[in-house]
Order: sequence, then structure tokens, then C-alpha cells
Amino acid sequence: MPLKLERTPMREQDPAQRRRNFDEVALGYSPDEAMKEAQRCIQCKRPLCVDGCPVHVQIPQFIKLITEGRFEDAAQKIKETNNLPAVCGRVCPQEEQCEAQCVLNRKGQSVAIGRLERFAADYQMERGIPAPEQPIKTDKKVAVIGSGPAGLTAAADLAKLGYDVTVFESFHELGGVLVYGIPEFRLPKALVKQEIESLKRLGVNFVTNVIAGNTLTIDDLFDDGYQAVFIGTGAGLPKFMDIPGESLNGVYSANEYLTRVNLMKAYLFPKADTPIKKAHKVAVVGGGNVAMDAARCALRLGADEVHIVYRRSEAEMPARAEEVHHAKEEGIIFDLLTNPIRIIGENGRVTGMECIKMELGEPDASGRRRPMPVKGSEFIMEVDAVIMALGTTPNPLIASTTHGLDIQPWGGIIADEATGATSRPGVYAGGDAVTGAATVILAMGAGKKAAAAIHEYLGGKK
Amino acid sequence: MYKILRKEKLAPSVYLMEVEAPLVARKAQPGQFIILRVYDMGERIPLTIADYDRDKGTITIVFQEIGKTTKLLAALEEGQYIQDFAGPLGKPSEFDGLKTVLAIGGGVGAAPLYPQVRRMHEMGIDVDVILGAKSKDYLILTEEIKPFCRNIYIATDDGSVGYHGFVSDVLKKLVEEDGQTYDRVIAIGPLIMMKVVSGITKQYDIPTIVSMNPIMMDGTGMCGACRVKVGDEVKHACVDGPDFDGHLVDFDEAMRRQAFYKDEERLALLTLEEGGQCQCH
Ligand SMILES: Cc1cc2nc3c(=O)[nH]c(=O)nc-3n(C[C@H](O)[C@H](O)[C@H](O)COP(=O)(O)OP(=O)(O)OC[C@H]3O[C@@H](n4cnc5c(N)ncnc54)[C@H](O)[C@@H]3O)c2cc1C
Ligand SMILES: Cc1cc2nc3c(=O)[nH]c(=O)nc-3n(C[C@H](O)[C@H](O)[C@H](O)COP(=O)(O)OP(=O)(O)OC[C@H]3O[C@@H](n4cnc5c(N)ncnc54)[C@H](O)[C@@H]3O)c2cc1C
Ligand code: SF4
Ligand code: FES
Repeated sequence: MPLKLERTPMREQDPAQRRRNFDEVALGYSPDEAMKEAQRCIQCKRPLCVDGCPVHVQIPQFIKLITEGRFEDAAQKIKETNNLPAVCGRVCPQEEQCEAQCVLNRKGQSVAIGRLERFAADYQMERGIPAPEQPIKTDKKVAVIGSGPAGLTAAADLAKLGYDVTVFESFHELGGVLVYGIPEFRLPKALVKQEIESLKRLGVNFVTNVIAGNTLTIDDLFDDGYQAVFIGTGAGLPKFMDIPGESLNGVYSANEYLTRVNLMKAYLFPKADTPIKKAHKVAVVGGGNVAMDAARCALRLGADEVHIVYRRSEAEMPARAEEVHHAKEEGIIFDLLTNPIRIIGENGRVTGMECIKMELGEPDASGRRRPMPVKGSEFIMEVDAVIMALGTTPNPLIASTTHGLDIQPWGGIIADEATGATSRPGVYAGGDAVTGAATVILAMGAGKKAAAAIHEYLGGKK
Repeated sequence: MYKILRKEKLAPSVYLMEVEAPLVARKAQPGQFIILRVYDMGERIPLTIADYDRDKGTITIVFQEIGKTTKLLAALEEGQYIQDFAGPLGKPSEFDGLKTVLAIGGGVGAAPLYPQVRRMHEMGIDVDVILGAKSKDYLILTEEIKPFCRNIYIATDDGSVGYHGFVSDVLKKLVEEDGQTYDRVIAIGPLIMMKVVSGITKQYDIPTIVSMNPIMMDGTGMCGACRVKVGDEVKHACVDGPDFDGHLVDFDEAMRRQAFYKDEERLALLTLEEGGQCQCH
């Protein structure tokens, strides 16, 4: 069979329609489409894609199962290494990971690994995830703090090893960024709920409304009989620019904006009680996934015009390529090489933002070319809302209440890369709380390593 | 789910609830607050911890019905449940080194003041208290606070009991005419009251702590909705406060920020009233 250079397209909601609703944008493959795409994989003997995957999913193996129509087996194959394939298939930056390494890139497009992963996971989910094998219980208790991808993965692995695991979450809802940050149209919340349900079936206990550091300290947990603790509290603190006008009404952190919309369901207001202001012209400052999500939410809430304001060029944008592409299709305007210098207001409300044009100079510490202001290029954008999506740092709540837990100057918890072990015996950490804002799959990888290390610490065999 | 063990009406549209929340009760300190959600489509709102009982595992809140969420809360009865109840949040108030304090509560501000006055009394600090309200019927917790303070002064807007006027008038009288001296003034109440009090104490150079009540969401520092300008710094009231130096707070900005969602709040209330019963039952 001749090699197809182009990947099988995936159906999507039409941009003109989807820009005004919160339903999922990408609709997924049908079984036929999936089998067709799976056949493009040449089943490399030394599969480079696997090296590109942070958790080394057995990619050619699961793809082979799809070609054979064994979709549920394919899902199980992925789950040997990745607990949340339905999530990762949707949100991983595949174009920088597995798909970047795929040999087919040399001739045409890589195999659509992410879409196939999503397909297998969804197919299995629709048919009901098989009941997990009930592990033999030990009487050892482990606490997991935070219910994002890092915490959920650690909890799942520990529960499978028989530990009595309790997850403590500060919000009223479980899932971390998967529920409060990433919007419904990219990651349906029902799906995250199902993943959490299957953890409950494994015997994991969940306690919401517990702010570790305030409600319970790490010492309290040890006093209460927990023998090890995993911290997966993410990087939740927003950054602002420290420019004039940032406390005007209508200036939000992306965290506030997205939490209002996604977690509190402000898009349903007044059916949901939490409001969000309707804005006509919105500027979102930043170039990552968070900025794309905020911009696309603003559009769906009815804004006439939404701008991404980013100080570097498109090549440096950290967002997933697919999100940038979708945002453009939906009519988001990209003001690249542009940086805000001041927010302007009247009667306490935002009315505009003064920006300056930038040009790229020499590479900086991150290896990306440093943006430099162009003298005299200042201009004013008329906007009535500004959303700051400039990155986040870990919350100091836990570090400040835990004796002997070492942190980086910028707030990240110091943890061994291979095991997640912190400076405090029995306390492990991973995910964004350690690395700063990163990705779902890296957080999951860290949760997995820490679970294995905790098992060993508590006397289990490797 | 958090069970309501006791409900009392303290004044027109002001309620007290004692809620079963053992984990919060274990750690609660005067000056801290909780965030609750009445039902699954509800808003997260902050309320100060007015009292706590570690043995019983309960937290007492006192709130005024002013919008949709507080009305939904007031509609719940003893034996019913609040969906979410998280805390304790914020920094506990600090009283170290104080000898004489004037504590001023406006309206429901008396509720957060109560555990603070009690704690100061336990620490051997002399506390004078001024409580203010619209009228006699709206005064709350005077009897509860009395045993823990040296003097208590009452002010009502209509003069139906105590001094006819504002708490700030009483404050002026105490420091100006009676020559009272205090190491600190603590003021909790509406922003405008805290602003006026801070203006007066600044003239007399009395360190003043106010309790800020901006719009909040998570209460853990992650959204930035609760930003307050304090001197040259931007602080998050939920983690850096809610107590701040009244002489440094930018009250005008705080008032503007608090009013941002006025239209939406009115709409929410309207849909509640039109819809009759709340949607949570
Ligand atoms: C808007 C947005 C879009 C993103 N898009 C993508 C994407 O497309 N692809 C991708 O790979 N990555 C994306 N990311 C990044 C990714 O979501 C994170 O890297 C990942 O979620 C980190 O996982 P985590 O488990 O470390 O932390 P989180 O997901 O942040 O979870 C931490 C959890 O801990 C809880 N918590 C915090 N403090 C406490 C405490 N003191 N006590 C109890 N609980 C606490 C938090 O409430 C939260 O639920 C995005 C992030 C955002 C914000
Ligand atoms: C730290 C803190 C402690 C507080 N303690 C008490 C207390 O002990 N007793 C009490 O009666 N009130 C207290 N409040 C105020 C209380 O949170 C608001 O009255 C409540 O949120 C109103 O909600 P609503 O839906 O009934 O009214 P809405 O119609 O939503 O709002 C009415 C008013 O409340 C303000 N408000 C609305 N939402 C919030 C929010 N999420 N956070 C803060 N303010 C908001 C609005 O700006 C408006 O002025 C406190 C506020 C803070 C920040
Ligand atoms: S590198 Fe590409 S072609 Fe080779 S096994 Fe992986 S997905 Fe298949
Ligand atoms: S309430 Fe969100 S940061 Fe304070």
C-alpha cells in the first residue's frame, strides 16, 4: 500500500458556529477514520515517537491494535503508561513530542498520534471503562494534596498498589487546571468527571474544600496517620505586569477570567450565580495556551473583537499549534511583537491600553530572541477588558507552613527529578508545583515517578 | 455537605448560623474567614468566622442578606446542608504587644469583631468597643461582646438607642473630648465607615487596622480578584489580609472595585425573586 503523505482529517465544528458556543471544537475520529489513520504508521522497529513521549506510551503497539479494530485493547495498552489518555489525546503538545519525532515527518505529515490516542480512549469510555482490578489493600495511608493531573496520577498508581489514598483539594471541584483552566470546548468536563469516577472505583478517597497549609498542614497529616504525602498543588499564582492601570475594573488575571468561566460556569449566568462582565473589545496579553483559552472564551461570551497581544513573534509562541490555528479560524486577531505599557481608564473602568511595537534582538536565556521596544511606536488600543495571561508561579501556602520543605527562590518546591523526594522525609512533590507552569503529561509523569518512589519508601518492592 | 446545627435571626435580615465543619473549626483563629457555596450552581462568597467551637467542630457565621447568595443561605433551615464550606482562610489577626484597643464595628461588622474582642480580653488587653447600626433593631451581638470589653458605646443613625449619629462621631468624641488614648483602633464594617475612621485616626496618629472585604473567588491567592492597593503595594486580601493598615489602604479604589458587578448582582437577585423559590431545592 502506498504511503499516504497527508494525515486523515478530523471533523471539527465550523468556526463561524463554534465561536459562539462552548461545545467541543474537535469532534474526533470515527472507527473507520481511525483505522485509516492507524494504517499510516509503518510500525518502526526503533520507534522514535516513543522517545518523544515524556511517559513513553507504547505508541506503535496501540496503533497496531487500532488497525486490527481492537479499540478497547488499544486504550488499555495506552493506559499501561498513561492514566488519562482521553485528556492527553486532546491537550498534549504532540507536535513537539511524539509527533515531532515520527519518521513520516521526513516525507509528509506525521501519524496523528494524539487523535488516535483520543479515539481509543473515547471509544472505551463510551462503552464503560472496565472495572479496575481490586488491589490487595495494605493498611498504609498516603495523602495526596491537589487533584490536578499530577495528584490524580499519583493517587491512581498508589491505589493500584493497595495503599489507602486520600486526595485533598482546595476547590469544591476535582481536576485542577483540567476543570478550572482548560475550557469546556477543548476538554469536556464530563470526561474529567468520568476519569475521577474510575479513581473512586479504585478506592481513592477525595476530600474537597481542604486548603493544605490552612485547613490541614503536612504535620497534621502525619499526625493523622498518613505515612507519606505527595504535593501536587500546581502553579496557581497569577502574574501581573506592574504597569499603571492594572487595578482598573475590567483587568483580570487569566486565572480569574478562566475560573469564573470554566469552574464557576459564568457563561451560564444568570443560571449559574457567578457573573462575568460582557466586554466588546478584549485584549489578552500573552502567547501561551492560557492566553488562547482566555481569548477564545471571551469570544464565546459575545465579544465583538478579541486581540492576542504578544511581545514576541508567532514562532516563539508557546501555545499548542492547533490552538493557535483554531483561534485564528475563529477570528481572534493576533497583535504580535506588541507589548502593553499602560492601561487607561475612565471612572475606574478600562477604556484602552497603550502598547509599544517590539522587534526581535539577540537570543535571551530561554534561547528565544529577545524582544526590544521600537522607539516612538507607541499606540493606543481601545478595549474594555484586559486579560493578563503572563504565566503563573506556585502558591506559597504549603511551603510557608511546612517545616523543612526547601523551595526555590521563585517558589517551586525542590524535588528530586527521578523520585519527587523533597527535603522532608516522606514528602514528595511533582507537577507544576515543582517545575512551574508546564504540561499535563509532565505533571502526570512526575506523579507516576513519585508514586513508585513512595511505594519503595514505604517498604514496597520496585 | 456541611450541616446547619443552629440558625438565629439576630436583626432584620441578619442571621447567625452554626455550621458543622470540624476541619475548619480545628484551625480557625479570630480574623480569618471561610468561603461557602450554597448549592451546585452557586457563587463562592466569603464570610468571616464569627465564632468557633473546636470540641463541637462547629463554625459560626453571621451574615446580612443583601444579594442572591446571602438570600439563598438565609432560606436554609436548621438540619439542612450548605454544599461547600472551605477555610480557614486569610491571616489571623495579631494582637501582640497591645495594651489598650478601641474596636469599632459597623453593622454586621460586629460579628467578625466579636472573636477578636474575646481573644484580646483573654490576652489581658483593655478593649473599648463602639458598635453602630441603622437603628436599635439592627444592632447585633452587644450582649455577647459586653463581658469581654471595658466600655461599650452604641451609636445608631436614627438615635433609637445610644448616641444619635455614626460610630466615627463617637470615636472623635473619645479621642478629642475625653482624651482617651489607644495603641490601636480596629475597624470592621462598610468601606465608607472604615475610610472615615481611618481618616480620623490618622490625624491622631493611632495605628489602625481595617478588615477589607473585596470581591473574592478562590480565597487562596490564585485569581487576583481581591487585589487591594495598600501604600505602594498591591496585596491580595485573601492571603495577605483581610487585615490591613487603614492609613495605607486606597479606599476609593476598593469601593470602585467592589461595585464592579452591581448590575449583574441586581440581575441575579431579580431572577431569584421572579423564579420564586431558590433553584437548589
Ligand atoms: C488555561 C490553561 C490551559 C492549559 N493548556 C494546556 C494544554 O493544552 N496542554 C498541556 O499539556 N498543558 C496545558 N496547561 C498546563 C497544564 O494544565 C498544567 O501543567 C497541569 O495541569 C499541571 O498539573 P498539576 O497536577 O501539577 O497542577 P494543577 O492542574 O494546577 O492542579 C493542582 C491542584 O491543586 C489544588 N491546590 C492548590 N493548592 C492547594 C492546597 N494548598 N491544598 C489543596 N489543594 C491545592 C488546586 O486547586 C488544583 O486543583 C494549561 C494550563 C492552563 C492554566
Ligand atoms: C473577607 C470577607 C469577609 C466577609 N465577612 C462577612 C460577614 O461576616 N458577614 C457578612 O454579612 N458579609 C461578609 N462579607 C461580605 C459578603 O461576602 C458579601 O456580602 C456577599 O458576598 C454578598 O453576596 P450576595 O450574592 O448575597 O450579594 P451580591 O448581590 O452578590 O453582592 C452584594 C454586595 O456584596 C459584594 N460581593 C459580592 N460578591 C462578593 C464576593 N464574592 N466577595 C466579596 N464581596 C462580594 C458586592 O460587591 C456587593 O457590594 C465578607 C467579605 C469578605 C471579602
Ligand atoms: S515514529 Fe511514526 S511511523 Fe514510526 S512507529 Fe511512531 S508513529 Fe508509527
Ligand atoms: S480571592 Fe482569588 S486571589 Fe484572593
